[in-house]
Amino acid sequence: MNPKRRNRLLIVLFLVAGSAATLALVLVALNDNLNLFYPPDQVVGGEAPVNTPMRAGGMVLDGSVARADDGLGVTFILTDYQGSAFTVAYSGILPDLFREGQGILVQGKLGADGVFQAREVLAKHDETYMPPELVDIARGGGP
Amino acid sequence: MTLKEFWHRLGSPRWFYQISGHFGWAFGALALGLLVIGTFWGLAVAPPDYQQGNSFRIIYVHVPSAILAQSAYMLMGAAGLVLLVWRMKLADMVLATTVPFGMSMTALALFTGAVWGKPTWGAWWVWDARTTSMLVLLFLYIGLYALRQAVPRQETAGRACAVLAVVGVVNIPIIKYSVDWWLTLHQGATFKLTESPSMPPEMWLPLLVNVLGFYCFFGANLVGRLRLEILRREHGTAWVQELMAGGRT
Repeated sequence: MNPKRRNRLLIVLFLVAGSAATLALVLVALNDNLNLFYPPDQVVGGEAPVNTPMRAGGMVLDGSVARADDGLGVTFILTDYQGSAFTVAYSGILPDLFREGQGILVQGKLGADGVFQAREVLAKHDETYMPPELVDIARGGGP
Repeated sequence: MTLKEFWHRLGSPRWFYQISGHFGWAFGALALGLLVIGTFWGLAVAPPDYQQGNSFRIIYVHVPSAILAQSAYMLMGAAGLVLLVWRMKLADMVLATTVPFGMSMTALALFTGAVWGKPTWGAWWVWDARTTSMLVLLFLYIGLYALRQAVPRQETAGRACAVLAVVGVVNIPIIKYSVDWWLTLHQGATFKLTESPSMPPEMWLPLLVNVLGFYCFFGANLVGRLRLEILRREHGTAWVQELMAGGRT
């Protein structure tokens, strides 16, 4: 490679390395803000802001879903299955994928009493896909 | 032909024009076959998902278009590097002709994602790291398109676009790893190099066929557009004049 081209190559590489480094520093500095939601341990541990609009997420604890007798009110517990859990209160239509054991994201405000008042509930889907008959086998029910 | 010879030959748009005719048709035929098989297999034969039912089938368009949006950008980054360092004419043509394809793929991935997100997540759009970095990719494509139109002198426009394309490559690993680095609503990768896919073969095989089909479509699209671009830019040369006059070169 002749010296002229080598110089150009070095300049381009320097440009890419420089912008990558800049962006990396920005992303590291913004790290907390780039997470879309607070996981249960941060909500319970007091790292999540109280009475400020934000998102929190977790898995719906089995048997924790309680629906109001009248209206659309519902409460459930979001957990990380590692000892942290918080209660969510919501009034509205839940997404189709909402069920116990499902990853859920709630948007709203955390009250001072530790109950999350949700304005919006979103279902988080994981990367696992299965045909229905395989699920029956996986749960031991047979096809 | 050695690699070094091939590299030198690539410097000649005329040589590329002469050898590429058949490649375009071959890619096109392969793309048509693979896409028909993959789409029929994915939409009609593959089983529905246990949670999402039939709405998961949008994966057969969403994942290939998202992969191609990023692959096309990587190709532009490489072309930009070649243009800046070696000043190869063909690299600038690749840079110019890939933009509309990559832009459409990015838009398609965002659109299918929104259509899938509404019934599955409960929202058309969420500002998480994956969706936002993908939106940045769309803006990069739009920027590259606009920049080329805005600079009147072809050579200057080419170099400016090359710099933008090369620097923008930094966004690609961010898109790829956004779901691992940050908490996002978007799920993790369906295909991983180190693990088997998290879905059974009757679901991922049609997806693989469609991904290959999209790649072949990209190949056909790129070769076709490149050949037109060569004729457009070299129209003053003797060999193009001769070709246009009906002679064969």
